Amino acid sequence: MKTSHIRSVAGGGLLDRRTFLLSGLALSTSCSLSAFAKSGPTPKTIGTSFPGWMKTPGDSDTHYGQPSAHEHAIQRQLANAAPEAALFSVWHTPIENQRGIITPSGLHFGVHHNGLPDIDPQKHQLMIHGLVDRALKFDLENLMRYPMVSNIHFLECAGNTAPNAVSLTPLNQSAQELSGQVSGSEWSGIPLKHLLQEAGLKPKAKWAIVEGADGGSHARSIPVSKLLDDAIIALYQNGERIRPSQGYPMRLFVPGWEGNTNVKWLHRIELSDKPAYTKDESGLYSDILDDGRIQRFSFHMEVKSLITHPSGRQVLPEKKGYYEISGLAWSGRGKIKQVEVSADGGKSWATAHLDGPVLSKSLTRFTIPWKWDGRQSTLLSRATDELGHAQPTRGQWRDRYASHAFNHYNAIQAWRISHDGMVENSYA
Amino acid sequence: MLKLFSSLLTKIVPVLLIVVSMPALTEQGAQTLPGANPAINLGEPMSEAEIAPYAITIFPDGRNLPAGQGSVAQGAALYHAQCEVCHGESGIEGPAARLAGSDGWFSFSDPLRALRIKKYPILLISVGSLWPHVTSIFDYVRRAMPHYAPKSLHNDEVYALTAYILHLNNLLDAQSNLNQVNILHVSMPGKERSVSAWQDK
Repeated sequence: MKTSHIRSVAGGGLLDRRTFLLSGLALSTSCSLSAFAKSGPTPKTIGTSFPGWMKTPGDSDTHYGQPSAHEHAIQRQLANAAPEAALFSVWHTPIENQRGIITPSGLHFGVHHNGLPDIDPQKHQLMIHGLVDRALKFDLENLMRYPMVSNIHFLECAGNTAPNAVSLTPLNQSAQELSGQVSGSEWSGIPLKHLLQEAGLKPKAKWAIVEGADGGSHARSIPVSKLLDDAIIALYQNGERIRPSQGYPMRLFVPGWEGNTNVKWLHRIELSDKPAYTKDESGLYSDILDDGRIQRFSFHMEVKSLITHPSGRQVLPEKKGYYEISGLAWSGRGKIKQVEVSADGGKSWATAHLDGPVLSKSLTRFTIPWKWDGRQSTLLSRATDELGHAQPTRGQWRDRYASHAFNHYNAIQAWRISHDGMVENSYA
Repeated sequence: MLKLFSSLLTKIVPVLLIVVSMPALTEQGAQTLPGANPAINLGEPMSEAEIAPYAITIFPDGRNLPAGQGSVAQGAALYHAQCEVCHGESGIEGPAARLAGSDGWFSFSDPLRALRIKKYPILLISVGSLWPHVTSIFDYVRRAMPHYAPKSLHNDEVYALTAYILHLNNLLDAQSNLNQVNILHVSMPGKERSVSAWQDK
């Protein structure tokens, strides 16, 4: 190992982001991030002879693959179990177990206001009517013949990280519990402009009331300008037809906008001159400002980041060991330009490496090497997007909103590392 | 918007002309103009009669409100029979969304509010204080309530329940009847507090 290549770039043990590349680290003390565990270290001895699976033929494969049985603990988590949980349910993705920028479809977060409808695709159609020249309906067979695009985007619920927005003291929760309402996927489908052009928009058509075929007929008012820009009728997620939890057989996908506007189980689009003030845009998905005013139609999810490795309720296995800090950044306005990391509670910062590809309105993976000095410290990440918007501190965010506001929380996340390696949510 | 429409026209009209002038799209694929979308035209026309049963959205100006009427008293009876199980005896106990009173952590009218919120965080907010338009209550109750049997209420019952929710918020007195005309006379307190983050380009 060439120690000359290990250069400190900020306080608290942050190292030059090329450290691992340049030195070809083969340190006996280096720990992979998969070593972060809620339990103690696993035995390092694997035995002295061939294991059984190397001395027998393997099993047959299956028609639809599943993760290894050894990974069964990696599951979505049902939050806020309330008596009505089956109908209004919130499922958090295990974001601290994800690598890269794509969330496995079965682990994608879900927020369902009326449960999952069991839709027969043969009896489902998309209607477009209202302020159009020709009201039209499309069945799936016809829709499948339209030109499609595929793009990698994040999806985040407006209420993601709400505990940090409203709780007076930081709750000792995991990244999944705090911020598990964001996921990344490749979404494929039909640019909505093709269908709107076919229907012919009347001059006064400025909004569209977009509705799902679930029991509660979830609906949101979406500006037509967004629908003509980059909105799609999403039919595929990560290469397969979207799952019931994500809106089978089709959903609206509006890149960068709050999850609730990406209407699942889409069946009706009504063009209008004005918004309808549906249930969710009237209450739960409005933002109460510090002066008591109610801000509506705050569609964009603003720039945000989160260190996932290490993160809340994990334990660093070794004092004074090398680690790779890794996390996710995203912005509903465009690409991530920069992520800075601090390992000393914000006294000093270093620029993290952005793992490509850096895509617009997509999760972006960042990494930076770190040698923990074994003392209590606080890890922070601060993202800036291509518009120059940077994440606020929690105090700055709180100043803007009422004390009971919880949507669109994008403040800097702090993880406090105790001297014995425990990682805890913090407001530092 | 006019600019947008005219730019759409310039794209659509040439495509339509080409489609009309060609006998049929060939297997080799239709010609498309640079920048214009292919004219697929697989959407099937819908008649007004076909659309009507599905067009359930009610707009703040009263557009699409059905004829009907219901009283606060009728609404109270329906509420206690079908809604109380989720919204609580007086619309503030949860577990489902708070229907009446202010939003926030505390209020003089409900000293137990903080405890309720601890149990069901959604009770931080309230239909009565946040919702800016009365038509949204009618719209949502009709399309989605009660949660276990959505779309089971008749229009008169929806008017009655809307009247009762307004009464719980002191916006309608106990003797009132609500119908498709006088519903628009109700002004919701949430409207005065509203600002929009969306500025269309």
